[in-house]
Formats: sequence, C-alpha cells, structure tokens
Amino acid sequence: MTVADSLPLDSDAAPPGVEEQLDRSDRAALRPPWRQPLALTGGLVILAWIVIAIFAPLLAPDPPNSQFAAPLLAPTHQFVFGTDQLGRDIFSRVLYGARLSLPLAALLVAVSLAIGSLLGAMAGFFGGIVDSVIMRIADLVFAFPGIILALAVAAALGPQLRNAVLAVIVVSWPSYARLARSLVLGARTSEYVTSARLFGSSGWRVLRVELGPNVAGPLLVLATLDVGNAVLLLSGLSFLGLGAQPPTAEWGAMVSAGAQNFNSWWVGLFPGLAILTVVLAFNFIGDALRDILDPRTARMLGK
Amino acid sequence: MTCGTLANLAVINTSLRGRARRVTPAGLGRFLGRRIGIGLVLMVGITLVAFVLTHLVPGNPAAANLGQRALGDPAIVKAFNHEYGLDKPVVDQYVIYLGKLLHGNLGISEQSHRAVVTDLAEYVPATIELALFAIVISLVLGVGLGILAAVRRGKLVDGVIRVISLLGVSMPTFWVALLAFYLFFFRLGWFPSGGRLGPAVTPPGNITGLYTVDALLHGDWSLFASALDHLVLPGLVLGIYTVGTMVRFTRASVLEVINNDYVRAARVKGLSEWTVIRRHVVRPALLGIATVSGVAFGSLLSGTVLVENIFGWPGIGQYAYNSAINLDLPAIMGVSMVVAFIYIVVNLLVDILYSILDPRIELR
Amino acid sequence: MSTGTLLEVEDLSVRLRTARGIRLAVDHVSFSIGQGEILGIAGESGSGKTITALSLLGLLPGGSRTTGRVVLDGRDLLTLHRRELRSVRGRQVSMVLQDPMTSLHPLLRIEVQMTEHVRTHLAMSKDQARERALEMLAAVRIPDPEQALASHPHQFSGGMRQRIAIAMALACEPRLIIADEPTTALDVTVQAGILSLLDQLRRERGVSVMIITHDLGVLSSISDRLCVMYGGRIVEHGVTREVLGSPRHPYTNGLMQALPGASGTGVPMRPIGGSPPSLDDMPSGCSFHPRCDYAQVSCSSKVPPLRPIGGGRLLACDPDPLAPDRSEPSSSGAATSVPVPDPLAEQVP
Repeated sequence: MTVADSLPLDSDAAPPGVEEQLDRSDRAALRPPWRQPLALTGGLVILAWIVIAIFAPLLAPDPPNSQFAAPLLAPTHQFVFGTDQLGRDIFSRVLYGARLSLPLAALLVAVSLAIGSLLGAMAGFFGGIVDSVIMRIADLVFAFPGIILALAVAAALGPQLRNAVLAVIVVSWPSYARLARSLVLGARTSEYVTSARLFGSSGWRVLRVELGPNVAGPLLVLATLDVGNAVLLLSGLSFLGLGAQPPTAEWGAMVSAGAQNFNSWWVGLFPGLAILTVVLAFNFIGDALRDILDPRTARMLGK
Repeated sequence: MTCGTLANLAVINTSLRGRARRVTPAGLGRFLGRRIGIGLVLMVGITLVAFVLTHLVPGNPAAANLGQRALGDPAIVKAFNHEYGLDKPVVDQYVIYLGKLLHGNLGISEQSHRAVVTDLAEYVPATIELALFAIVISLVLGVGLGILAAVRRGKLVDGVIRVISLLGVSMPTFWVALLAFYLFFFRLGWFPSGGRLGPAVTPPGNITGLYTVDALLHGDWSLFASALDHLVLPGLVLGIYTVGTMVRFTRASVLEVINNDYVRAARVKGLSEWTVIRRHVVRPALLGIATVSGVAFGSLLSGTVLVENIFGWPGIGQYAYNSAINLDLPAIMGVSMVVAFIYIVVNLLVDILYSILDPRIELR
Repeated sequence: MSTGTLLEVEDLSVRLRTARGIRLAVDHVSFSIGQGEILGIAGESGSGKTITALSLLGLLPGGSRTTGRVVLDGRDLLTLHRRELRSVRGRQVSMVLQDPMTSLHPLLRIEVQMTEHVRTHLAMSKDQARERALEMLAAVRIPDPEQALASHPHQFSGGMRQRIAIAMALACEPRLIIADEPTTALDVTVQAGILSLLDQLRRERGVSVMIITHDLGVLSSISDRLCVMYGGRIVEHGVTREVLGSPRHPYTNGLMQALPGASGTGVPMRPIGGSPPSLDDMPSGCSFHPRCDYAQVSCSSKVPPLRPIGGGRLLACDPDPLAPDRSEPSSSGAATSVPVPDPLAEQVP
C-alpha cells in the first residue's frame, strides 16, 4: 500500500493551524480502504472471480462448448443459468468466461499503463517537441470517442480477439500518458525534489527515490479504476462481434447471443451480471483508493 | 472515455483559484481563435488516422471490392487500383484522400452502395436526438444527485448515491439495453419495441432532423408523443453511464467549492443555507460541470453504437455496427470522423460557454 | 472609549471532533467587548482564537459542541435556533475573513455580494440596498463606488478587496465586527490603511471590533484591550498598552520578542522555540510549559488559573516570573530575555 503510506493525513510533523484542524475533523470519516465496506466487498468479489478463473474446470458442471442439452432451456436445477441457443450450459460458460476476461483485462491495463506512463513521463521530462508530439497524439485519441475508435481499429485489423485487445490499448494509453506527464511535471518542480537536489542527490536517485512513489501511486489508482473500463470496452467489442469469436465463451459475445434470443432472458442476463460484478468490484476499490489520494492528484484522475 | 475530463479539470482548478487577468474582447477573440485552431489541427489529425486505418492497414482493397473473377484479371485489378489512386505514393494518396474529404466525399459504403455522406446525413440527426436526450437526463439527474451527495456528505444519502453512481459506470450499456428492452417492451409493453416513430406515423417535415423538436415546431402533439415515446427508453439506457460520471464529478466539484472561504463568507452574512448552496456553491461548480458535459457528450455518441442496435434506432451507432460487422471501412471511417467532428464542435461550444460564464477565465 | 458592554462571553468551551476523537479546542474562555471598543485576541495558529470567533456565531463544522454563554444584548446566542442565529449573522455581528483574495465570490459581481444580505436582513428593495452599498463603499474609501458595484473581485487589488469585504460587513450596520486576521494576507503598506480604517469606523459609527491576529504589532496601534490565547485558553488579559508594555506571561513575552525590532532596545528578534501543540497532543498542566523558559516542575501538572493581578489585568501563570518586583531566576537560562522597559509598568502594583 504505497498509496496509503504517502498520505498527508495524520502526519504530526507540524502542528496544524485552526483551519487545518477543522479540515481534519471533516476528514474524520476517512478510513483505509480495507476498512471500508465497499472496497472490502470489491476485494472479496475479485478474489472470488480469481478463484473461479483458476478452478473453472473443477467448478463448472460441463465443458464450455459441449452441446448435449436442449437449446434455450430456462434455468433449472440441472442448468442453474439455463442453456443457450446451441444447448450449452450457460453457468459453465460464465465460469469459463472468467478465464478469458480477467487475464485479458489485467494484460490490457498493464500494457496501457506501461506504454502510457512511459510516453507521458517522457513528455513531462523532456518537454519541447517530444512533449508536443506525444500529447497531440493523445489529444487525437481523446477526440475519437472510446468505442468508435476501438471499433474502427478492430474493423480495420479484422474481427479477432487479439485485434480487439490492440484496439482497447490504442484507446486506453492516453489517459495514463496525461496523468504521468502532469505528475512528472508537478514533481519536478516540487519542493521535495528541489530540496533533495540541494542536498546533493544525483538526478537518477531523485527520480528513483523521490519521484517514483509519488508518480507511481496515482498511476496505480488510475489503473485500478481503468480495469473496469477495459473490461467494459473489450466485452463491448465482443458484443459487436469484433472481439472473441464463436465458440469462445466470452461474456460480451454471450450477451450478444442473448440479444439475438431476447425472449430467453437468461441467455444475456447472467454473462452481463458477470461483467457487472467484475467492473463494479474494481470501481469500488478504485473509488476508495482515489479518496485517500490528496485532492489535487485525485482531481487529475478525473472521472 | 471519461478520462478526457482530466485536462479540463486542471483548467477549472486554475481558473477557480488563481488570479487571472482582465478579459478584453480582443483577448476573448484570441482565446477562441486559438481554440478553433486546435480544433482544426485535431480534425486534420483525425483524417490522418482514418487514412492510415483505411489505406495502410494490411488487407487488399481490391480483394474486398472486386469479385473473385475480377481479381483473376490483372487488368481489372490495375484499373481498380488506378481509379482509387492505390498505385501512387502514400503521401499523394493522402492528399487525394484529403481533397475528396474537403469536397464532402467520404467514399462509397460497400454495404449500402451509397455515398457515405448520404448515409450519414440520414442517420446523424437520429443519434444527435438520442444523445441530447441522454445528456439532458444525465445533467438533471447527475447534477441533482451530486449536489445532494455533497451537501449530505458522509451521511447515508451520500453513501447510497455513491453506490448508485458506481453502479451506473459499471453496467455494460449493451446489457442494460437488452434487459430494458426485454422488461419494458417484451414483458410489460410500456414502451414501443424500437425505431423512432410508431408504424402509422409519418415523420415530420424535416427542419432539424430531430423528430421531437420538429414535431413541436409543427405543433403536432400526437407526433411529438410518438417520437418521445420511442426516445425515452433508449435515451435513459444511454444516459446511465453518464449519470454515474456526472454524480461523481458534481459531488467532487461542489465539495471543492463548499470549503472555500467565500462560502463561509456567505454563511457569515446570515444568508439561508439554500441561498448559500444555490448561489455561492452550485454556480461556480456548474462551470466545471459545463466542461465535463462536453466530454460526456462524446462518450454518449460512442455509447450509441451499443444501444441503437438493440432498440432499432436508425442512427450512426447502428450504422457503425452494421458497417463494422461487414467490415465496411469507408462507412466506419465516415462515422468516426463525423463523431470526432461533433465532439470537437461541442467542446468548442463548451469553451465559449465557459468564457461567458467565468469572468476571470485565463486566456491561454 | 467604551460605554457599556455589548458582548459578554462567559465560560465558552468548544469541543471539536478530530480524526482521533473529541478534543477541547477552546477551554472556558471569558471576555467582554464594550460598545465602540476594539478588542484584540492574539495567539499563534492553533491557539483557538479563530475557533472562538466562529463559535460565537455558530459557524463551526458539524460534530463540534459549544458550551457556555455568549450574551449579546441580553440574548444568549448559543441558545438561539438556526433561523434566529442567521438573523444575527451579518446583521448584529458580521465578520471579515482573513484572505480577501479568497473570501469574495469570484463569479458574482460586487453589487450582488454587497446587497444580498442587506436585502435579506433589512427587507430593502433592490434600489435601496444598492444605495446602501454605494454609501458603504464610499465609507471604506473605494474610489468610484458605482464602477466598483459593476465589477468582479478579480479586478481589485488585495487591499481594495479587503476594503470591500469590510464594506460588506458594515452594510447592515452591525454592532460588532469580528475581523479574523484582517491584514495578514496583505502587504505591509496596505495593512496600516486597513487598520486605520477599522479605527475610524469605530470612532465614527460606534461599532465594536474584535480583531483576531497572531501579530501583536497589529494590535499595539489600535486595540483597547487584549486577550492572549494559548492552547485554547486565555493566558493574559488587560489593557493593550499595559500588556504590551510589560508582558507578564512568558508566552506574551515570547510573542513580543518574536516581533521584528520589537522593543527598540536592541534585543534581536527571537522566535519562541518549538511549535504550538496540536489538539491531539495537548501538554498537561500549563500547555505552554514545554516551550517556556521559566517552566518549573509544577507547571506540567497544574493548570494555572486565570487570576487578577491588579489594574484589571488577568494572568494565568503561577510562577509569574516576569512580575516587576521579581528578579530573573538565574537558573532559567533565559539570560537574553529582557523585559521591555515601560514607564507604565511601574504604576502597576
């Protein structure tokens, strides 16, 4: 919890003035995320999904693509989530879907975070033409609203899960770049860097010891918040037929099947619930994390 | 999607806090000129992206456009490539492409075999109507709930609103659309199945292209009722995500304002709490909200891709979807460019609004 | 000077909720303000002076509890309902906040801000309120009041903004103005102007003023009486000239010596060592003892009562090392501390 450690909350280094004491009393309700019910719920839900993803073959009653039941059976004891248009057990497919969505979401966010932070930090550190070029490209991506650009990229590259993942990365990296850039810019001029320089620390040391935690914390919070978005975007592309292809058990594609058989409500309901729980869980955690960042940085996180 | 608020937030912050220079009309002109300039640069960049995706991505346009037999004939392929300038250097191709765009030529849809521009002209107003409805809903609900949450900070109401807003940003739009369609049309029959008007109703004479507005302009109430009836369900579904973001943002900006000295000063003057909130807290918070709603409009436009299809709403979202599954690249690029263009224009309007609302705007 | 008491504060205590629990931020404070009098409240940040001021008008954040009596014109403000309290705020008692750069609403024209409470409290029409606003702006010597009403705050300098804030506080002709650090955010050259303005308003309009500051220099020129606060308690109280002329509490003395060029005796400016305690970490006994040059063992266990020391002065220091008839204890290590010589000191028994 590097974020929690760098909190300005209860440092008794300097006695607060009256105003600060008032502010502090206002923030009395603040608790670390692991003591907040929402964040705790989110953590447990994600833990549950990770367990499901790992042990799906043991937990699922059927293999995801076996078609030995009648099509479009409503939920029963045997098929708790019913069966889809091809007679596959939806419960099993939802469980197997976790094996796809969770690792992909993690991968997406990790790659976007790496690319975005690197480019953003370069922009902030070097300034000038590097800054302009990188940030104008980021602006450009922002001007293409999310899923439409992803749609265009995925369509241009061809309807494949791999291309959908690429499309989501193309759309996601700029927010990390912007945040990383402003954090680096802010940190470069901040007092602790100045004082570290005054005490003769080398530039590299300053970057590693002083800047690292202060830049990394907010970026990780953004990443947590962004996992939900990545899951939504990727499943959206699959829903549109541009991501996972049949017969892959992917939640967005399964909702799409539900749209084609909309009078069998169970076909779309359960995979959608799966998406909702994962996204909501990450948002619960991200929201709690954002609250413990100081307000200025939290504002940079937007949303 | 929502991360676009980031840069704008920084602007809000500086302008609400910092000391700014006096605004002169000339300064305002310069400010807007600069903003328009940035918008133009962005537009050019967007055409570049569209060009790269359509022309340079691996894949053979001739193969996509010509039949199997024609492909076997080198002369036909060569003629095709020549006709579309595919045998020229990349830069020349881009210039040709740009020239066509300037003449409103976005290419021919490979699916409808019509000019993409013609298709878009038909579908854009429907999407604008849907997105406008959704943004109005999100503003009313989102700002209202956000203020309530901020004023009752830390209380139960705040917690409930927080969960609601997080739910809003966590629900897959396409899934909500499906459930809403199933429940409110198929099960309850409260709303029509889809489309923009009932089967027996003829569209109003085209003024704005927004059926509800046109119906009102013609004074045709039954037409208006039919149009609104069709608009409500997809509009609400589309707005859910934005309501969530609006609540969070409004709450944050109200909280930021509420701790300002000038709010305490207003209380010191003995004004009623309602006046303090309305005049001294909400008004400055609205500045930020105006900026965010520009960004939110963009995310609404892209959300239409996921919503329109289920409700059979004949807008660019459905058009983009149909183009995407048929790999109709000119059509998709047309949609992308139009959406990006609308987004840029909307945000320019927001900038103008902002400079009117805030007397101290920093003209950078 | 004063003709009768306007505000009587008795045994005022404020408990605040902090991150660590309920804390006593103001500890049984009593003082009064006469009509047309200027009372100074001095102390470092965290001494409880702003909390005291805010508590008078019920402006503390939720979760805080105020006890005691705050009597204005025979009415105890602490017992009033919210609505009644609002009719006192801005009407009977108004307040000028510290930083004029942030205390004026950036988006509202001065006219709106100058007239909104006038119209609420005095039931004036828009035009009447506007007339009143013009009159007040003229009273605080804003050039071209008409133009000022149409302007936004960012078009004025800090000093001008503070004048506007004072005009705003004056607009309903209150009996008492509480000024919280009214000059701290301003340039030194502008400070004198604001202070003389307050003094002039007191003389011309008979309004009482309570000035809260950490800067004894501000008070020396205009306040009639003075309370010095530390750790939520009043530690010294008396006529300004006398208190500043011969400070009896070591804390007051420390504050004096922390002033640049304080006494003109050639003693160099010497800040008080250490820093004021936080609410969560209040020392036992006399809360100043950890920083006091004269502290004795008993100081850490027993809270010194605020007791009269003659001449209307009150002091909360049991050893009373700075009493005029006492020589300095040589063991205290405070050899550099030279009490300010003042002819008035001899008159105090």
